[in-house]
Amino acid sequence: MNKNIKKSLKKNKYNYGFYTKIKSKTFPLGLNSKIIKRISKIKNEPEWMTTLRLKSYYYWKKNKKKYPEWANLQYKKLNFNKISYFSGIKNKKDKRIIKTFDKLGLPINKRNNTVSIDYVFDSISINTTYNKILKKHGIIFCSISEAIIKYQKLIKKYLGSVVPYYDNFYSSLNTAVFSDGSFCYIPKGIKCPIDLSTYFRINNGKIGQFERTLIIVDEGGSVSYLEGCTAPIRQNNQLHAAVVELIALKNSKIKYSTVQNWYPGDKNGKGGIYNFVTKRGICKKKSKISWIQVETGSSVTWKYPSCILEGDNSIGEFRSISLSKNYQQIDTGSKMIHIGKNTSSLIISKGISTNYSKNTYRGLVKICKSAKNSKNYTQCDSLLIGNKCSTYTYPNIISMNKTSKIEHESTISKIEEEQIFYCNQRGISKEKAMAIIVSGFSYNIITKLPLEFALEAKELLNIELENSVG
Amino acid sequence: MLKIKNLYSSINNTLIIKNLNLKINNGEIHILMGPNGSGKSTLSYIITGKPKYKINKGKIIFCKKIINTLSPDKISKLGIFLSFQNPIEIDGITMFNFFKNIKKKNNLKKIYKLCKILNIDKKDLYRFFNLGFSGGEKKKNEILQMLILKPKFIILDEIDSGLDIDTIKLLFKIIKHYLKNNPKCSLLIITHNTNIIKYIIPNRVHIIYNGSIILSGNSELIYRIEKNGYYSLIKKKHNDK
Ligand SMILES: Nc1ncnc2c1ncn2[C@@H]1O[C@H](COP(=O)(O)OP(=O)(O)OP(=O)(O)O)[C@@H](O)[C@H]1O
Ligand SMILES: [Mg+2]
Repeated sequence: MNKNIKKSLKKNKYNYGFYTKIKSKTFPLGLNSKIIKRISKIKNEPEWMTTLRLKSYYYWKKNKKKYPEWANLQYKKLNFNKISYFSGIKNKKDKRIIKTFDKLGLPINKRNNTVSIDYVFDSISINTTYNKILKKHGIIFCSISEAIIKYQKLIKKYLGSVVPYYDNFYSSLNTAVFSDGSFCYIPKGIKCPIDLSTYFRINNGKIGQFERTLIIVDEGGSVSYLEGCTAPIRQNNQLHAAVVELIALKNSKIKYSTVQNWYPGDKNGKGGIYNFVTKRGICKKKSKISWIQVETGSSVTWKYPSCILEGDNSIGEFRSISLSKNYQQIDTGSKMIHIGKNTSSLIISKGISTNYSKNTYRGLVKICKSAKNSKNYTQCDSLLIGNKCSTYTYPNIISMNKTSKIEHESTISKIEEEQIFYCNQRGISKEKAMAIIVSGFSYNIITKLPLEFALEAKELLNIELENSVG
Repeated sequence: MLKIKNLYSSINNTLIIKNLNLKINNGEIHILMGPNGSGKSTLSYIITGKPKYKINKGKIIFCKKIINTLSPDKISKLGIFLSFQNPIEIDGITMFNFFKNIKKKNNLKKIYKLCKILNIDKKDLYRFFNLGFSGGEKKKNEILQMLILKPKFIILDEIDSGLDIDTIKLLFKIIKHYLKNNPKCSLLIITHNTNIIKYIIPNRVHIIYNGSIILSGNSELIYRIEKNGYYSLIKKKHNDK
């Protein structure tokens, strides 16, 4: 992690909270079919895409009353007419963009041999690095906007195939107005030689960011994908509503890691990003999808990365650490839908709550009649720091056959004073002791992240924690 | 080195240490014995600054500095080490990782060497801290940390409970070796084991009862404890009054 960022994070600041003054084209507030057509036009989209957007929009409008309220969250309802649905900078080569990402510790021009990065700034993708080596393997990694024009066949076949526009309130909205995100296609038998990564940055104060990502791994291929996010500090709440779809074809593997660090609001709970995300993958025969997430940001998080285990012998995994502080609210978990035979899934969710925050695990494990000999193991551990925070667990388990096995374990613990004192007695400060204990608590998640990400995640957890107890 | 004057201390509003006085000079070895629940571990916690242990009255002076109100990590940094009666476990943190946290300059080679001396399997360094370790192994880990931290003043709270003969011998050999190399270092041994003098010769022996030290003497006192038990000594003391 960038040294400067580290330094001022230590000073209890959200250091990614700066704003870049830059010329951009921002749409007027509000949503109507004209706005949608404009978005589509500015992106030079083919007509079928415009049609899909409009269809989603009308669907969304018709079902607007079905605003999701079932989550264990309390927040001011969003006014969808006070959001701008598009903001794109005029010149992608503007030096200030390069500077912004430099400041975030993600230099665009410095070559990194282990990862290829797609940079998304507000509504558009700025740059995708390291494209050449990927091309050599026939791998496609570009912005979704580019893919919609260049790879229409793949997009038509797969976009919305896992998360259709009518899936839920935010998937309708997202399909109508999505701005940018990443597209990735790994051809048959290719193991992607480097990690692929997208970095989402919200800069403009009034826009909603509607990320759309689609990852397709063809038979026998594999990829490791990383997602990171930040936003400036603001008084008002901003919306990030993403849809991510993963398609794992026969014998393929997808590992999707997220370190989510959106601006969480200030000490009193003012401001911050509303992060409402639909992430879902489909697993064909013998394929495997692993979701790994580290959540430290957002004022409100609503997110359930899921797997549909359609193919026989496929595997779905979900590993998550969420650290909530101040007045943050996190409602997260996973859904594992077993359809194929001998499918297996694993859910490990670890929540750490401090201050006044609220941390909820919500999960669904559904084993359909056809999913003979399937198994699931779920483990939810919560760690409470202080006595004003709260933690909730809502596991939902449905098994429709007798040959499957479901195990569920859950624990709630407090950081023990004895452990802290022991560390103190060895000369370790209280804050450091907490960090050690929490890092132990998160061990089996962090170690699953790609190496570079793991270090960053660990650092982030430690610093966030020091801030919240210090 | 350490001087405790008229110490009164309580936890949860229960007075546990009552008018306790103790003085340990540089390079001295003291043994503290007393019945279960008499306040031995409590005393070690108060010296090391454990939160919630309130000092109602009195002073604890270490190397001429009053340490009553210092935080436990600061007290540790002054050079006071406590080997715990019941060391805790930490899930997800390897032994080696923990050792690196207590002293930055630790290198693997050095720790391997210490492991060899203590007869600890190197592989244990990659297990999680004390998790699933046997009672004796945990005690060895305490001494390992002592050797890493190089303290000036050491409290051993029942280091010898539950250890096999060979391990007791080994640990005291190592401790004595450490004292030889650090002649100013002092030692307070809390034990129930009168055989202790087979392994180490104390300068003084104290009996604590109901939160105060009621009798002190040289190693000969241990024989009297062994022969008569605490209660006759305590009674005698009362009668003397
Ligand atoms: N948190 C607490 N609240 C109330 N009483 C306590 C607390 N901690 C210790 N005590 C009491 O203080 C007394 C002294 O306990 P301590 O552990 O110091 O005894 P000890 O001499 O070390 O005994 P042992 O030989 O069994 O280890 C005991 O009566 C114990 O119950
Ligand atoms: Mg004791």
